[in-house]
Formats: sequence, structure tokens, C-alpha cells
Amino acid sequence: MSWFEFVLQQLITGLTNGLIIALVALGYTMVYGIIELINFAHGDLVMLGAFLALTLIGACHLEGSPWLGLGLMLIAVPVFCAAVNWTVDRVAYRPIRHAPKLTALVSAIGVSFIFMNIGLFWGGAPMAVFGGGAAAASPKDVPDLIGHTNLLGSGSLVQITVKDALVALVTIPLMVALTWFVRRTRIGTAMRATAQNPMAARLMGIDVDRVIGATFIIGGALAGMAAVVQSLYYNTISFQMGYRIGLDAFTAAVLGGIGNLPGAVLGSIVIGLVRAFSDGYGATQWTNALVFLVLILVLVFRPSGILGAHVREKV
Amino acid sequence: MAIERRTLAWVLALVAAALLLPAIEYGIHRLPLWPWLMKWTYVAPLMPAIFAFMIVSLGLNIVTGFTGLLNLGAAAFVAIGAYTYSILTCEIYPFRLGWVLDEVIAGGRPSAHATWLTFVLGTMAAAGMGALVGAALSLPTMRLRGDYLAIVTLGFCEIVQDLLKNLDPITKGTTGINPVPHPPNLPALAAASEGSSAFIQHATGIYLYYRDATPHYLLYLLLMLGVAMLCRNLRRSRIGRSWVAVREDELAARSSGLDTARIKLSAFSWGAALCATGGALIAALVGTSIDPAYYDFQLSIIVLCAVIVGGMGSIGGVILGALVMFGFNGIVLVRLSDALAGSHTDGNVLTTPNNWKFLVYGLALVLVMRFKPEGLLPAREVRAEMRPPRQAPTVPP
Repeated sequence: MSWFEFVLQQLITGLTNGLIIALVALGYTMVYGIIELINFAHGDLVMLGAFLALTLIGACHLEGSPWLGLGLMLIAVPVFCAAVNWTVDRVAYRPIRHAPKLTALVSAIGVSFIFMNIGLFWGGAPMAVFGGGAAAASPKDVPDLIGHTNLLGSGSLVQITVKDALVALVTIPLMVALTWFVRRTRIGTAMRATAQNPMAARLMGIDVDRVIGATFIIGGALAGMAAVVQSLYYNTISFQMGYRIGLDAFTAAVLGGIGNLPGAVLGSIVIGLVRAFSDGYGATQWTNALVFLVLILVLVFRPSGILGAHVREKV
Repeated sequence: MAIERRTLAWVLALVAAALLLPAIEYGIHRLPLWPWLMKWTYVAPLMPAIFAFMIVSLGLNIVTGFTGLLNLGAAAFVAIGAYTYSILTCEIYPFRLGWVLDEVIAGGRPSAHATWLTFVLGTMAAAGMGALVGAALSLPTMRLRGDYLAIVTLGFCEIVQDLLKNLDPITKGTTGINPVPHPPNLPALAAASEGSSAFIQHATGIYLYYRDATPHYLLYLLLMLGVAMLCRNLRRSRIGRSWVAVREDELAARSSGLDTARIKLSAFSWGAALCATGGALIAALVGTSIDPAYYDFQLSIIVLCAVIVGGMGSIGGVILGALVMFGFNGIVLVRLSDALAGSHTDGNVLTTPNNWKFLVYGLALVLVMRFKPEGLLPAREVRAEMRPPRQAPTVPP
């Protein structure tokens, strides 16, 4: 493999990883943009979605009809995640909306712990896909529904697999749709207004609580999509994976400028690429440290992220 | 600002109770009453680790409670303390503290003074290292606003973990450094020791055993009380008042001529120094630096929760919060697991108490934030702010 092919391969891997992170990061950054809450439970929501996806595979025997199964999962899991996210907002965050910011953050950490514990119990479910429920805490294998045929032909050293294509085919249209939604629809406009100034939005007759609820629903649905794509792409899930996913997505959102949708995608792709190249050069054990080093360096020179607007404090 | 008499009476009563706890428990333990209940409620061997975590929580309280900077990486400083102490005292390294006393003065025999010297110097070095690293971290992050700072501290914790894991020759990778010399015994208490094993719990569910910690009970309690006094005095000093000024309104503080950059740096250094002290005490207690995976995000979060659930900025509150959070982990779950051990062997995930830990933590956090967001024992000024009096203030004529 020449250096050119090597770089090309890492670019492809990095982009794919980045797109998966971006789905999660978008949910993070939308919620942050609108209520300034770091939703720590978001990564664990993805984990719950992944467990539902595996349950569906096991219960409906989806290995037999992979494309139908993919379609089913891409509908059921986002609906589930959106419903969970909306409920959590309603029960845990809405009653403390006017308390100091840290209060809601701690609440979100609490929700994340609860999700993680539910995931642990879910892993003990007596199903064949969960290993019969004997070792609840161990990682679970997800059956390889779509295979990894190389689209460039089996002779090519550079690999673009069906999985890479699946990731791109799911994520890119979603991002386009999200952009359209936020820019062009009534509720999207209401979201941007609420993000800018909730008080003024309320005075203009916007039902702020409904807008926030809608944000949680969209963020949850994106998390559900991410859960399906992620579990089919990496083929392994565990009840503790939410932390890692959430951390990557949160880092990406901050790197791009938190609250900024294109920034979240850009940040995710940067992180995906850093990870891919670091792993590619054999420095796997330093990858995490490298990602945060990049983050700290970027923040030293641009304290509001790559695309974040510089906020000047007013007196 | 004088202490109210009632508060003082409470504090003194609680301190006295804490001081006498091992003796009382030892006495009760001798009585031929309900032996199974006694075994369960015998908590003194488990307390020293909790005192150490109280010191860690008091350290985070300086950064997050007094100065209002959200720090999600307290575990990094605990790790730095534990590893500094371990590297300086472990016999596998050539430059062991206490070597001079052992080899030169006592002529090759381990001396009692060397134990003390090792413990004191090692803990001080850990605190110093913590302060340095805290200052170093705060330099590049001075300009960051709240949530950006939070992610940097979180990332810093990951970097520290990776460094400890990967710098094998110094840190012994994932096995951790051991043996680390134990803290000195206070002679009066060594006699009361029962010889039962006590343990500190690993976040990932592994138990690390160490010998009965009752002999260190008094030492650790006194250290914790000393740190609490230090925090109280710091809070009332010029530097503590400037921390609170930055928390309340950074812009106003700067306009009043305060050097906010220096104030944040000092808060980070003090906080990190105390966290590292706690880390050193834990390493001494357990007899190992544990392993890098122990100092993870979950540990940082449990410390943060101790501060917030107890009441940010309130010293008594933080101590109570640490007792609740770490006590649940280190006493309730441990004793519950003891009690249920043997009664289940089917490996069902639901019947292991430890598996319910995060559900209980999570529910506790959500409920406390929902119904008592100022914490269990809030600082006076915070309570005044978050629970304004019901009636509108009367307008003077």
C-alpha cells in the first residue's frame, strides 16, 4: 500500500467515523444551543438505542432479511429514543428550567447514570443475542447484517465498504434535512428564535416549552439513527459505551463551537480524522490523549471553538 | 463573622461523636447482641477512605463551590496525588523517601520515625505536585467560559489516565505501583483493631482489599478536620473572598481591580493541592496507587456530586455530601454485598447490590436537583439567593 493509498484509506475511515459522531454531536449541540444544557445523558441514550436495535434483531430474527430489518430499525429506534428524550425533558429538566445552569447539568448526569444502569439490566435479558443474559455487563456482539463487501472491487487496496456507504447514505441526507428543517420550517424558525433569546421568543408568542420539547425529540431521533448506524458499523455494543460516544460528540460540539450546527459536523469530522490517522500510524494508545490535545490547542487560540461566535461580555 | 452558638454546639457534638466512633463500635461489638447486625453496622474500618474522599471533595469545592468554575476532572488530581506519593515512597524506586532515616540513622533497620517522615513528606510532595499541575492547567484555559472549561478539565482527566497507562517504566501501566507504605498507626487505636478486612471499591466493580483501616481512623479524621478548618479560613481570607467575587460576577470583580486570572489560578492550585492530598492518603491507605482506570470520569462525577448534593461552597455541606455519596458506595453497598454473599449464585444481574449503584445515584441526583437544588446543607448566602423570602420586601416610605 503506497502512502497515497494509506492516506486515502485513513481519510475514508476518518470521514465515516466523523459522520457517526456528528449525528450524536448534532443532538448535543441543538439542546445546548436552546437551553445551554450539556446533556450528559445523550451518549447513554445512544447506548439504549443500540440495545433496542439488538433486541429487535434478536426478537424478529432480522439476520434473514437484512434490508427490511435495517428499515425497521431505522424507524423503531429513533421513535423510541425520541420518546425517551422527550419524557426525560418533561420529567427531569423542565421543572428546573429556571434554576442555575449547574442544577440541570447534575440532573443530566443523574439521568445518564440511570440510563447506564438500565442498559446493564437490559444486557441481562434472557435472549440469545444477549448471550442468554448470563454476563450482563460484558459487551454484546451485533450480528453483521449488511456485510462488508468492498465497493471498489476485491482487488483494490483502498476499501470503501457497504458499511461506509450505509453511514454516508443515512447521515448525509439527515444533515441536509435538518438544515432545511431549521432554516425553512415554522418550528425551525421558532427554535432559532428561542436559541437567540428565549424571553423575546416568548413575548413574540412562541410556545418555548413546546419548542424545547421538539428539540429534544429531534435530538433523540438523531441519537436513535446514530445508535443503529453505530451498532451495525462497529458490531459490538456495551452498556458503558455511552460515555465514550458522549465524550467524542461533546468534544466535537465544543471543538466546532457549541450551539452551532455546521460547527458540530466540522468538529466531528476533525475528531474522526484525528482518530483515524492516529490509529493508522499505530499510536492507538495515545489516540484519546491526542484528541483532547487538539481540543485544548484549538481552544487556546479560539476560545469559542472553530466556528463559534466570539461572545463579548456586556455590562 | 462569628459562628452561631447553635452551629458551634452541633459541630462540636459531631466531632466528638466522630472521634469516639471506633471506641463505641468496638465496645458494642463485644456485647453478645445480634452478631449478624453488629457485623453489618461496623463501619469504623471503612471510614478512613471516606475521610480521604472528603478532603478530595473539599478541594473540588474550592474550584467549583467557591470560585464557580465547573471542573469535571477532579479524578486527574487525585491520580496525580496518589501516583506522586506512590513513586516517592515505593521501595521499587531508588529514591525512596525515608531511606535516609532507615539506612543512615537507624543503621539499616526500619525506624518508626521513617514511617512518619515518609508519610508527611510524601503527602506534602503530592500536594505540591497537585498545586503545580493545577496551575499549569489553568494557564492555557484562563480565557475559557464555563462549559468550555468543563470539557477541557474532562479531557485533561483522560490525558492523565492515558499518560499513567502508557508511561510503563515509571507508572507500571495498568498494574499500578505497589507496595506503597501504609500510614503510621496511632498507638491507642491499633489495639482496638479487629483484624477484619476493609476495602475501597473500584468504580468498575473490582474490590481492592486492604487490611483493617481502623488504626488510621484518628489520623485521617484529624487530617480531614484540619483541611476543613483550612478551607474555612481560606474562605474568609482575602483570597477566599476574591474567589467568591469571581463566582458572583467576574466582570464586576475585574472592574473592581481584582486580577481575575491570578485568582482563578490560585483557586485551581489550592483545589488541586487538596485533591492530590486526598489521593496520596488513599494510596497510603490501600497500599497501592491502584490503577489508571480507577481515576476515571465516574470518580470525578461522584466527587462533583458530593459537592453539589451537599451544598456548593458550604464546608459542612460538602463533608455531608461526601459522607452520603462515598458512604453509600463504600459502606452501604459493601455491607449489603457482605450480607447477601452466598445467598445467590445464579448470576442474575438484578440480585447483586452493586448493580443497582448507578440507578440509586442517578435517582438521588435527579431528585435532589428537583426538590432541593441548593443542596442538603447549603451555604448561607446561597440559601438566601435560591430561596427568597415569600413576601415581597416592604418598600420604605
